[in-house]
Amino acid sequence: MSHLPNDLKYAKSHEWAKLENDGTVRVGISDFAQEQLGDVVYVELPEPGRKVKAGEAVAVVESVKAASDIYSPVSGEVVETNGALADAPEAINQDSYAAWFFRVKADNPAELDALLDAESYRASAGAE
Amino acid sequence: MAAMLKRTPLFNLHLELGAKMIPFAGYQMPVQYTKGIIHEHLHCRSQAGFFDISHMGQYLIEGDDAASELEQLTPSDITGLKPGQQKYTVLTNDNGGVIDDIIVTRGMSGLMIIVNAACKSKDFAHLKNHLSSRCHLKELSDHSLFALQGPAAAVVMRKFSPQASELFFMQSFEAEIGGIQCSISRSGYTGEDGFEISVSNHCAEQLARLLLAEAEVEPIGLGARDTLRLEAGLCLYGHELTESITPVEAGLQWVFKKGHCKFPGADKIRHQLQQGPDRIRTGLLVDGKIPVREGSVVVNDEDIVIGQVTSGSFSPSLGRPIALALLNRNSASLGNRLYARVRDKPVSVTVAPLPFIPHRYHRLKKS
Repeated sequence: MSHLPNDLKYAKSHEWAKLENDGTVRVGISDFAQEQLGDVVYVELPEPGRKVKAGEAVAVVESVKAASDIYSPVSGEVVETNGALADAPEAINQDSYAAWFFRVKADNPAELDALLDAESYRASAGAE
Repeated sequence: MAAMLKRTPLFNLHLELGAKMIPFAGYQMPVQYTKGIIHEHLHCRSQAGFFDISHMGQYLIEGDDAASELEQLTPSDITGLKPGQQKYTVLTNDNGGVIDDIIVTRGMSGLMIIVNAACKSKDFAHLKNHLSSRCHLKELSDHSLFALQGPAAAVVMRKFSPQASELFFMQSFEAEIGGIQCSISRSGYTGEDGFEISVSNHCAEQLARLLLAEAEVEPIGLGARDTLRLEAGLCLYGHELTESITPVEAGLQWVFKKGHCKFPGADKIRHQLQQGPDRIRTGLLVDGKIPVREGSVVVNDEDIVIGQVTSGSFSPSLGRPIALALLNRNSASLGNRLYARVRDKPVSVTVAPLPFIPHRYHRLKKS
C-alpha cells in the first residue's frame, strides 16, 4: 500500500494531521487518498479565521472525475491555508504530505489522540 | 457485490497493466491505468489510445426486412445503408425521448448494432417487441469490442491491415489482424481518427496485446474516454440523452432522414424540428478553475434558472473545466455569460461552440 509516515495521525476519512511546535495542527490528505482520487485539478480552501469543528467539511478537493470533501480532524480556528495549491493542485498527486491544505489552532490538541496511527489507518483504508 | 460484476476477456490484462478497476454498468472496468486520466487523455490526442469497450452490447439483426423494420424504430435512413456503411442513430420512445443511442452497420450477414452497456437489456426487449418474426435478433456476447483512437491510429492499423487503414469514417469491413478475424470500422468516441474492432472473445487478449505492443499505443481507461468525448462534444447516454430528452433537444437533427415520419415519437420530434425546441444541448466554457459537474443548476444574470449541467469535467486539452448543459434555447446564444451554481456559489460560464476540440475524422471528401 501507499506511503504512510509514522509521525502523522490519520482520520478514517483519509486526512493526515501533524501537531506543529507552535501548537497548530497541519492538515492534508494521505497518499492513499490522492491515489484513489487520481489527477487533482482544483482545491477549495477555507477562509483563515473560520471556526471549525472536528469532522466538519471545510475544504473540497476535485479530481478530473469528482469532488470530495475534506474534513477537519480537530476543532479550532483555521489560521493559514496553502495558497500554492490554487495554482498547482497537482502538487497533491506529487507529494500529498508536502502539499498541506490548512492549519488549525486546535481548541483541544488532545482530539488528535482520537485519530489513527499509521498502522491502524493502513488497516482501516485497506479494508475499503 | 463485487462477485456479481462481470469481467471482459481483458480483465487480467487490465490488472497486469496496473488499472484501477471500478464497477460500471454491471462490469468491472478500468477507469484509469498507472499514469492517470490527464496523461491518458493527452496521449490519445497526440498518439494512439487502446480502449477495451467490451462492456458495450453487440447485436445482430438478420432477415431481409431488417433494415426497413429497424428504420421504423429510429429517425434515420437505415434502408439506404450500403454494405460496410455505418450510421449513428437513436432508438426513440413514443414521447420522442431517447431509449439509447446506437451505431448501426450493414454487415455481411445482417445489421450489426452497438448499444450502450447500461441499456443492453432494455434495448434487446425493445427490439424484440417491435421487430417482426421475419427478423432474427441475437446478442453477440461471444464478441469483444476495442477502440484504437488518435492521430497515430491509422499508422498502427496500416502495419496490421493496410486495407483497414484505407477505410473512411463510418465505413466497416471484415479483416484480419495478425491472423485474427475481426470486424473493423473507422469510428470512435473521442473526436479523433480511429477504429473500433470487434473480435471473438477467445482471440481478444491476443489482439489487445498485439496492438498494445506498438510504441504509439497506450491503454486508456473510462475516465479519459469520458473527458475525450466531452471535449469532442459527443452525447453520453444517461446524461445528454435520456428517455425524456429528444434528439432535437440533444442537437442530433443531423441523424434524421428527410421525410421519415414513421418512428416512435415522430409527431413531437417533427413539431420540435419546425418550431425549434424549448431547450437545447449547449457547450459551456467555465471561466475560472472550479469544475462544474452534472446536476449543477445554470442561471442567467438575473438569477433565473435556465437549465442544468448534464456533464462537466476538467478538459485536459484546454487546461480548464468545460461542461455540456441542457438550457432554454433563448439563453443558449454563443458567447452568452451565464452562471452555474457550485456549492451554492455562482461560477461564471460562457456559451461555447461544439465541439470544444475540432473533430479529426478521416472523412470521405465529397467532390
